[in-house]
Amino acid sequence: MRFGVVVFPGTWSDRDCGWAVEHALGAEVRYLWHRDRDLGGVDCVILPGGFSYGDYLRPGAIARFSPVMEAVREFAERGGLVWGICNGFQVLCEAGLLPGALIPNACLEFRCQWLHLRCERGDLPFTRGLGGRVLRMPIAHQEGNYQADPETLARLEERGQVVFRYCDEHGRTGGESNPNGSAHDVAGIVNLRGNVLGMMPHPERCAEADLGGTDGLLLFRSVAEAALSLAGGGPG
Amino acid sequence: MIARVIVAPKPVVNDPQGATVHRALTSLGFSEVSGVRVGKYLEIQLGAPSVEEASSRVEAMCRELLANQVIEDFRFEIDPGPGPQP
Repeated sequence: MRFGVVVFPGTWSDRDCGWAVEHALGAEVRYLWHRDRDLGGVDCVILPGGFSYGDYLRPGAIARFSPVMEAVREFAERGGLVWGICNGFQVLCEAGLLPGALIPNACLEFRCQWLHLRCERGDLPFTRGLGGRVLRMPIAHQEGNYQADPETLARLEERGQVVFRYCDEHGRTGGESNPNGSAHDVAGIVNLRGNVLGMMPHPERCAEADLGGTDGLLLFRSVAEAALSLAGGGPG
Repeated sequence: MIARVIVAPKPVVNDPQGATVHRALTSLGFSEVSGVRVGKYLEIQLGAPSVEEASSRVEAMCRELLANQVIEDFRFEIDPGPGPQP
Protein backbone atom coordinates (compact mmCIF):
# COMPACT_ATOMS: atom_id res chain seq x y z
CA MET A 1 0.00 0.00 0.00
CA ARG A 2 1.56 3.23 -1.14
CA PHE A 3 0.21 6.74 -0.56
CA GLY A 4 1.27 9.66 -2.71
CA VAL A 5 1.41 13.06 -0.99
CA VAL A 6 1.38 16.04 -3.35
CA VAL A 7 3.64 18.96 -2.45
CA PHE A 8 2.87 22.35 -3.98
CA PRO A 9 4.94 25.44 -3.16
CA GLY A 10 3.25 26.60 0.05
CA THR A 11 1.88 23.23 1.15
CA TRP A 12 2.36 22.86 4.89
CA SER A 13 0.75 19.55 5.91
CA ASP A 14 2.64 17.20 3.57
CA ARG A 15 5.02 15.92 6.27
CA ASP A 16 2.16 15.52 8.74
CA CYS A 17 0.35 13.34 6.18
CA GLY A 18 3.54 11.45 5.40
CA TRP A 19 4.15 10.84 9.12
CA ALA A 20 0.61 9.55 9.61
CA VAL A 21 1.02 7.17 6.65
CA GLU A 22 4.49 5.90 7.60
CA HIS A 23 4.46 5.91 11.38
CA ALA A 24 0.81 5.75 12.48
CA LEU A 25 -0.48 3.50 9.69
CA GLY A 26 2.75 1.75 8.68
CA ALA A 27 2.37 2.13 4.94
CA GLU A 28 4.68 3.53 2.27
CA VAL A 29 4.66 7.21 1.33
CA ARG A 30 5.92 8.87 -1.79
CA TYR A 31 6.07 12.66 -2.04
CA LEU A 32 4.94 14.03 -5.40
CA TRP A 33 6.30 17.44 -6.43
CA HIS A 34 3.88 19.77 -8.19
CA ARG A 35 5.87 19.44 -11.43
CA ASP A 36 5.71 15.62 -11.45
CA ARG A 37 3.62 14.04 -14.17
CA ASP A 38 4.11 10.49 -12.94
CA LEU A 39 2.33 9.42 -9.74
CA GLY A 40 4.77 6.57 -9.21
CA GLY A 41 2.27 3.76 -8.89
CA VAL A 42 0.56 5.01 -5.74
CA ASP A 43 -2.77 3.55 -4.56
CA CYS A 44 -4.11 6.81 -3.13
CA VAL A 45 -3.14 10.44 -3.75
CA ILE A 46 -3.41 12.88 -0.85
CA LEU A 47 -3.67 16.60 -1.59
CA PRO A 48 -2.65 18.01 1.80
CA GLY A 49 -3.40 21.23 3.61
CA GLY A 50 -1.50 24.48 3.34
CA PHE A 51 -1.38 27.56 1.18
CA SER A 52 -0.53 26.27 -2.29
CA TYR A 53 0.95 29.08 -4.38
CA GLY A 54 0.27 31.44 -1.47
CA ASP A 55 -3.49 31.04 -1.96
CA TYR A 56 -3.13 33.87 -4.50
CA LEU A 57 -6.33 34.85 -6.33
CA ARG A 58 -8.34 32.13 -4.52
CA PRO A 59 -7.23 29.08 -2.51
CA GLY A 60 -6.48 26.32 -5.02
CA ALA A 61 -6.98 28.53 -8.08
CA ILE A 62 -3.37 28.31 -9.26
CA ALA A 63 -2.60 24.80 -7.97
CA ARG A 64 -5.18 23.27 -10.26
CA PHE A 65 -3.04 24.20 -13.31
CA SER A 66 0.10 22.44 -12.06
CA PRO A 67 1.39 19.42 -14.02
CA VAL A 68 0.75 16.99 -11.16
CA MET A 69 -2.95 17.88 -11.25
CA GLU A 70 -3.26 16.59 -14.82
CA ALA A 71 -1.95 13.26 -13.59
CA VAL A 72 -4.28 13.38 -10.57
CA ARG A 73 -7.25 14.06 -12.85
CA GLU A 74 -6.40 11.07 -15.06
CA PHE A 75 -5.84 8.92 -11.97
CA ALA A 76 -9.27 9.92 -10.62
CA GLU A 77 -10.91 9.18 -13.99
CA ARG A 78 -9.46 5.67 -13.85
CA GLY A 79 -11.03 5.22 -10.41
CA GLY A 80 -7.92 5.98 -8.33
CA LEU A 81 -8.47 7.21 -4.77
CA VAL A 82 -7.93 10.96 -4.38
CA TRP A 83 -8.15 12.52 -0.92
CA GLY A 84 -8.12 16.31 -0.56
CA ILE A 85 -7.65 17.66 2.97
CA CYS A 86 -8.23 21.36 3.75
CA ASN A 87 -6.34 23.21 0.97
CA GLY A 88 -6.56 19.94 -0.98
CA PHE A 89 -10.38 20.12 -0.79
CA GLN A 90 -10.17 23.69 -2.12
CA VAL A 91 -7.92 22.51 -4.98
CA LEU A 92 -10.36 19.70 -5.89
CA CYS A 93 -13.27 22.17 -6.07
CA GLU A 94 -11.27 24.65 -8.16
CA ALA A 95 -10.23 21.80 -10.48
CA GLY A 96 -13.87 20.79 -10.92
CA LEU A 97 -13.22 17.30 -9.53
CA LEU A 98 -15.74 18.15 -6.81
CA PRO A 99 -18.71 20.53 -7.12
CA GLY A 100 -19.12 23.80 -5.22
CA ALA A 101 -16.59 26.17 -3.69
CA LEU A 102 -15.08 27.15 -0.33
CA ILE A 103 -15.47 30.81 0.58
CA PRO A 104 -14.20 32.77 3.63
CA ASN A 105 -15.53 31.57 6.98
CA ALA A 106 -18.71 33.37 7.98
CA CYS A 107 -16.93 34.60 11.15
CA LEU A 108 -14.07 35.98 8.95
CA GLU A 109 -11.59 34.40 11.36
CA PHE A 110 -9.01 31.71 10.84
CA ARG A 111 -10.49 28.87 12.90
CA CYS A 112 -8.05 26.48 14.56
CA GLN A 113 -9.87 24.14 16.94
CA TRP A 114 -11.01 20.61 17.69
CA LEU A 115 -14.58 19.78 16.74
CA HIS A 116 -16.89 16.90 15.90
CA LEU A 117 -18.00 15.43 12.59
CA ARG A 118 -20.75 13.01 11.81
CA CYS A 119 -19.75 10.47 9.21
CA GLU A 120 -22.74 9.91 6.92
CA ARG A 121 -21.34 7.07 4.81
CA GLY A 122 -19.80 3.80 5.89
CA ASP A 123 -19.45 2.31 2.42
CA LEU A 124 -16.72 4.49 0.95
CA PRO A 125 -13.07 3.47 0.61
CA PHE A 126 -12.31 6.37 2.98
CA THR A 127 -14.93 5.55 5.63
CA ARG A 128 -15.40 1.78 5.74
CA GLY A 129 -17.61 0.88 8.67
CA LEU A 130 -17.76 4.45 9.97
CA GLY A 131 -21.36 5.26 8.96
CA GLY A 132 -23.11 7.15 11.77
CA ARG A 133 -19.90 7.52 13.80
CA VAL A 134 -19.11 10.85 15.45
CA LEU A 135 -15.43 11.64 14.95
CA ARG A 136 -13.31 14.24 16.76
CA MET A 137 -10.83 16.12 14.59
CA PRO A 138 -9.06 19.46 14.36
CA ILE A 139 -9.67 22.13 11.74
CA ALA A 140 -7.35 24.99 10.75
CA HIS A 141 -8.64 27.19 7.97
CA GLN A 142 -9.82 30.61 6.88
CA GLU A 143 -11.80 29.54 3.81
CA GLY A 144 -13.80 26.46 4.73
CA ASN A 145 -17.30 27.77 4.19
CA TYR A 146 -18.71 25.31 1.65
CA GLN A 147 -21.18 26.81 -0.79
CA ALA A 148 -22.93 25.61 -3.93
CA ASP A 149 -26.08 26.59 -5.75
CA PRO A 150 -29.34 25.11 -4.35
CA GLU A 151 -29.66 22.58 -7.19
CA THR A 152 -26.14 21.26 -6.57
CA LEU A 153 -26.76 21.02 -2.80
CA ALA A 154 -30.02 19.15 -3.38
CA ARG A 155 -28.29 16.76 -5.76
CA LEU A 156 -25.45 16.14 -3.29
CA GLU A 157 -28.00 15.28 -0.58
CA GLU A 158 -30.10 13.04 -2.85
CA ARG A 159 -27.06 11.07 -3.91
CA GLY A 160 -25.54 10.84 -0.45
CA GLN A 161 -22.42 12.77 -1.40
CA VAL A 162 -22.20 14.68 1.88
CA VAL A 163 -19.78 12.45 3.79
CA PHE A 164 -18.97 14.56 6.87
CA ARG A 165 -21.11 17.13 8.67
CA TYR A 166 -20.06 19.40 11.56
CA CYS A 167 -21.98 18.42 14.69
CA ASP A 168 -21.77 18.39 18.48
CA GLU A 169 -20.31 15.48 20.46
CA HIS A 170 -23.67 13.70 20.29
CA GLY A 171 -23.88 13.99 16.51
CA ARG A 172 -26.45 16.79 16.48
CA THR A 173 -25.96 19.37 13.74
CA GLY A 174 -26.80 23.07 13.80
CA GLY A 175 -25.98 26.11 15.90
CA GLU A 176 -22.51 26.53 17.30
CA SER A 177 -21.28 23.19 15.97
CA ASN A 178 -20.79 24.66 12.49
CA PRO A 179 -17.51 26.63 12.69
CA ASN A 180 -17.53 28.38 9.33
CA GLY A 181 -21.04 28.81 7.95
CA SER A 182 -20.89 25.88 5.52
CA ALA A 183 -24.16 25.14 3.74
CA HIS A 184 -25.87 22.02 5.15
CA ASP A 185 -23.05 21.82 7.77
CA VAL A 186 -20.82 20.29 5.10
CA ALA A 187 -17.35 19.33 6.32
CA GLY A 188 -16.59 16.91 3.48
CA ILE A 189 -18.07 15.63 0.22
CA VAL A 190 -17.33 12.86 -2.24
CA ASN A 191 -17.80 12.62 -5.99
CA LEU A 192 -20.60 10.46 -7.38
CA ARG A 193 -18.26 7.55 -8.12
CA GLY A 194 -17.02 7.60 -4.53
CA ASN A 195 -13.28 7.78 -5.24
CA VAL A 196 -12.59 11.52 -4.78
CA LEU A 197 -13.07 12.88 -1.24
CA GLY A 198 -12.61 16.45 -0.07
CA MET A 199 -12.75 17.45 3.61
CA MET A 200 -11.74 20.51 5.64
CA PRO A 201 -10.80 18.76 8.94
CA HIS A 202 -7.32 17.25 9.35
CA PRO A 203 -7.30 13.46 9.96
CA GLU A 204 -3.48 13.44 9.76
CA ARG A 205 -3.34 15.62 12.87
CA CYS A 206 -5.30 13.13 14.96
CA ALA A 207 -3.74 9.85 13.94
CA GLU A 208 -1.73 9.28 17.14
CA ALA A 209 -2.65 9.50 20.82
CA ASP A 210 0.24 11.95 21.37
CA LEU A 211 -1.60 14.44 19.16
CA GLY A 212 -4.73 14.33 21.30
CA GLY A 213 -6.83 11.92 19.27
CA THR A 214 -6.72 8.93 16.96
CA ASP A 215 -9.96 9.22 14.98
CA GLY A 216 -8.03 10.33 11.90
CA LEU A 217 -6.22 7.00 11.84
CA LEU A 218 -9.59 5.31 11.18
CA LEU A 219 -9.70 6.97 7.77
CA PHE A 220 -6.11 6.06 6.89
CA ARG A 221 -6.81 2.43 7.90
CA SER A 222 -9.98 2.43 5.82
CA VAL A 223 -8.11 3.59 2.71
CA ALA A 224 -5.39 0.98 3.27
CA GLU A 225 -7.97 -1.82 3.63
CA ALA A 226 -9.90 -0.59 0.59
CA ALA A 227 -6.74 -0.49 -1.52
CA LEU A 228 -5.87 -4.05 -0.44
CA SER A 229 -9.31 -5.36 -1.32
CA LEU A 230 -9.20 -3.53 -4.66
CA ALA A 231 -5.83 -5.11 -5.39
CA GLY A 232 -7.09 -8.53 -4.31
CA GLY A 233 -10.36 -8.25 -6.21
CA GLY A 234 -8.88 -8.05 -9.69
CA PRO A 235 -8.69 -4.97 -11.86
CA GLY A 236 -10.09 -1.99 -9.97
CA MET B 1 -4.42 48.22 -24.01
CA ILE B 2 -5.57 47.85 -20.43
CA ALA B 3 -8.39 45.60 -19.28
CA ARG B 4 -10.02 46.61 -16.00
CA VAL B 5 -11.67 43.54 -14.52
CA ILE B 6 -14.04 43.44 -11.56
CA VAL B 7 -14.74 40.10 -9.89
CA ALA B 8 -17.51 40.13 -7.29
CA PRO B 9 -19.39 37.52 -5.27
CA LYS B 10 -22.63 36.41 -6.90
CA PRO B 11 -25.69 38.05 -5.34
CA VAL B 12 -26.95 34.67 -4.10
CA VAL B 13 -23.66 33.82 -2.37
CA ASN B 14 -23.11 34.92 1.24
CA ASP B 15 -20.40 37.55 1.41
CA PRO B 16 -19.09 37.64 5.00
CA GLN B 17 -16.57 40.40 4.18
CA GLY B 18 -19.26 42.59 2.63
CA ALA B 19 -21.56 42.03 5.59
CA THR B 20 -18.80 43.02 8.03
CA VAL B 21 -17.90 46.17 6.08
CA HIS B 22 -21.61 47.02 5.98
CA ARG B 23 -21.85 46.71 9.78
CA ALA B 24 -18.73 48.87 10.20
CA LEU B 25 -20.15 51.58 7.94
CA THR B 26 -23.43 51.51 9.84
CA SER B 27 -21.62 51.86 13.16
CA LEU B 28 -19.74 54.89 11.77
CA GLY B 29 -23.07 56.55 11.06
CA PHE B 30 -23.46 55.79 7.35
CA SER B 31 -26.99 54.62 7.94
CA GLU B 32 -27.95 55.13 4.28
CA VAL B 33 -25.89 52.06 3.25
CA SER B 34 -28.19 49.16 2.42
CA GLY B 35 -25.65 46.62 1.23
CA VAL B 36 -21.93 46.02 0.56
CA ARG B 37 -20.25 43.37 -1.60
CA VAL B 38 -16.46 42.96 -1.47
CA GLY B 39 -14.76 41.75 -4.64
CA LYS B 40 -11.49 42.10 -6.55
CA TYR B 41 -10.19 44.59 -9.07
CA LEU B 42 -7.57 43.57 -11.63
CA GLU B 43 -5.74 45.68 -14.21
CA ILE B 44 -4.36 43.67 -17.09
CA GLN B 45 -1.99 45.14 -19.67
CA LEU B 46 -2.24 43.30 -22.95
CA GLY B 47 -1.54 43.61 -26.62
CA ALA B 48 -4.31 42.92 -29.14
CA PRO B 49 -5.06 43.99 -32.71
CA SER B 50 -8.48 45.34 -31.74
CA VAL B 51 -10.72 46.04 -28.75
CA GLU B 52 -12.98 43.18 -29.89
CA GLU B 53 -10.08 40.75 -29.93
CA ALA B 54 -8.93 41.97 -26.49
CA SER B 55 -12.49 41.53 -25.16
CA SER B 56 -12.75 37.96 -26.27
CA ARG B 57 -9.32 37.13 -24.77
CA VAL B 58 -10.13 38.81 -21.43
CA GLU B 59 -13.48 37.02 -21.35
CA ALA B 60 -11.60 33.72 -21.70
CA MET B 61 -9.15 34.74 -18.92
CA CYS B 62 -12.06 35.46 -16.59
CA ARG B 63 -13.74 32.14 -17.34
CA GLU B 64 -10.58 30.05 -17.05
CA LEU B 65 -8.90 31.64 -14.06
CA LEU B 66 -9.81 35.08 -12.77
CA ALA B 67 -13.34 34.28 -11.56
CA ASN B 68 -14.73 31.10 -10.02
CA GLN B 69 -18.16 31.14 -11.58
CA VAL B 70 -19.59 28.89 -8.88
CA ILE B 71 -19.41 31.86 -6.50
CA GLU B 72 -18.34 34.92 -8.52
CA ASP B 73 -19.49 37.12 -11.40
CA PHE B 74 -17.14 39.21 -13.49
CA ARG B 75 -17.28 42.24 -15.71
CA PHE B 76 -14.62 44.28 -17.46
CA GLU B 77 -13.87 47.19 -19.71
CA ILE B 78 -11.12 47.54 -22.28
CA ASP B 79 -9.20 50.80 -22.37
CA PRO B 80 -7.51 51.02 -25.79
CA GLY B 81 -5.08 53.59 -24.36
CA PRO B 82 -3.61 56.49 -26.29
CA GLY B 83 -3.98 56.05 -30.05
CA PRO B 84 -1.07 56.37 -32.51
CA GLN B 85 0.53 59.79 -32.28
CA PRO B 86 0.41 61.90 -35.45
